Amino acid sequence: MKGLNIHVIEKRFDDVLVLADIDVTITGGEFVAIVGPSGVGKTTLLSMVAGLDADYTGAIRYDGVPLAEPGQSPHGLGMVFQEPRLMPWLTVGDNVRLAEAERLARDRGYVSRAESLLDEVGLRTSGNAWPSHLSGGMQRRAALARAFVVEPWLLLMDEPFVSLDLPAANQLRGLLRRLCARVRPLVLFVTHDVNEALVLADRILFLGDTPARVVLDYRVEQTGSHDLSSPEVAALSRRLLARHQQLLSAVTGADVDEGRRGKEGL
Amino acid sequence: MRFIRRRVGPGDVPRTIGRRELRGAARTWWRGLRLPLERGWLWRSASLIGLAAVWEIAARLAGSNMLPTPVVVLAAVYRYTRSGQLPLELGITLARVVAAFVVAMTVGTVIGFMMGRSRKLNLLLDGPLVLALNIPALVIIILCYLWLGLTEVAVIVAVALNKIPVVVVTTREGTRAVDSRLLAVAQVYHVPRTVTFYRVILPQLYPYLIASARNGLALIWKIVLVAELLGRSNGVGFELSVFFQFFDITSIMAYTLAFAAVVMAIEACVMRPLEKSLLRWRG
Repeated sequence: MKGLNIHVIEKRFDDVLVLADIDVTITGGEFVAIVGPSGVGKTTLLSMVAGLDADYTGAIRYDGVPLAEPGQSPHGLGMVFQEPRLMPWLTVGDNVRLAEAERLARDRGYVSRAESLLDEVGLRTSGNAWPSHLSGGMQRRAALARAFVVEPWLLLMDEPFVSLDLPAANQLRGLLRRLCARVRPLVLFVTHDVNEALVLADRILFLGDTPARVVLDYRVEQTGSHDLSSPEVAALSRRLLARHQQLLSAVTGADVDEGRRGKEGL
Repeated sequence: MRFIRRRVGPGDVPRTIGRRELRGAARTWWRGLRLPLERGWLWRSASLIGLAAVWEIAARLAGSNMLPTPVVVLAAVYRYTRSGQLPLELGITLARVVAAFVVAMTVGTVIGFMMGRSRKLNLLLDGPLVLALNIPALVIIILCYLWLGLTEVAVIVAVALNKIPVVVVTTREGTRAVDSRLLAVAQVYHVPRTVTFYRVILPQLYPYLIASARNGLALIWKIVLVAELLGRSNGVGFELSVFFQFFDITSIMAYTLAFAAVVMAIEACVMRPLEKSLLRWRG
């Protein structure tokens, strides 16, 4: 089987079945958004792919080969968490270089790419600053630089732009798109916002039900717009929700409301 | 030691200039000569001077040789320093303090870290730890002298044994508080184990290690004096026991004052700068 195959038979938390019967295959270079209401198990699924949670039945393989040893993370992985998760006692530059530590230890001739990555995300002058002195948006830029400095083939993102204001989030989404265009990783992007998924992804997996499963595997037509609040995206979102209404209202009830509110605001 | 204003580090943000700075700007000729004093030294010394004043008044009111005045005690400090006796005994005691401190911090930190990381080891050692915490210092000292003889090793072992359980408890607490979310970052990027330890885990332990080092200094020198009094023929503790037999209160206070001053100097010149530099990212 070609590509990344995520096959989860059962994932439980203390006897509560959270995820069941998930079997999806993602081909290289695809940008896949995972959408679902909060608490559905999106983050859990991402942790399992990242090798941070090995307590499940099933298998995650790439081209038929297990992605990583149990309890280990796959090599060549980049990950952006919901919070920036920078080490507050390391400068921004050292935080980015931390991701390169393995490469630096393994390969004597390796030259750190941290500088150029910081430059690319617009933090050229903040390399020596403490993370606590950066704004929330800048901290997220640093987290992006850390994820891309390893030139990942697999990028996992867990609602990385949540709790940012709309212009800052839009900027960061543009930055993410540019970085992805250069490095071309396979991306799993968790979000609860359908519009964000429509703007970014090639393909959307909607998680729903209890225990959670993939209720809809949707391929995104290009919107031509990268602005979350643009009419094109709103129209696409409306069409999608209309077509799969029953399915989706069960999945993303809250987001339908949010989308409507956003439209009224325009 | 640098006698100039502290260098501007990467984390320093420019402050807006306040009224005090503006007033000071008119007479800046001495600014380059500032002693390496941190902010707040004025208040710290004010409280000490106040304490000395209270002591002076109390001594005058009492008017008895049971409580000599600060001046008399300081004169005694000067006399003993001139004779060379005070620096020698102080040095001997200080060496014991340092040795016991290093042993206690090293052993305690390692055991505490391992107990914080391993549930099994914690279950195994928790009983003995509680026991060790509750054995009186005096019992440990006496037993060490009986088992190891009236030797230098016995003093250091006895004092270290008194301090180790406290260090273990603090370090274990710190290790348990290590943020697993930051460890996940290290795992995801395959950060090598040693790098993970020094750059991800250890900085989270610093506040705990500093706390136990500061408490440790205070606790250890008190216990060293007791151990010296019981079984050594030199050091501040031994001298105090001699003065005790002669009811020489002035000398007792002179030695105590001198040693307390040394410990405060260590606190001010080593501990606080160390804490500042280790935790500067909090600034």
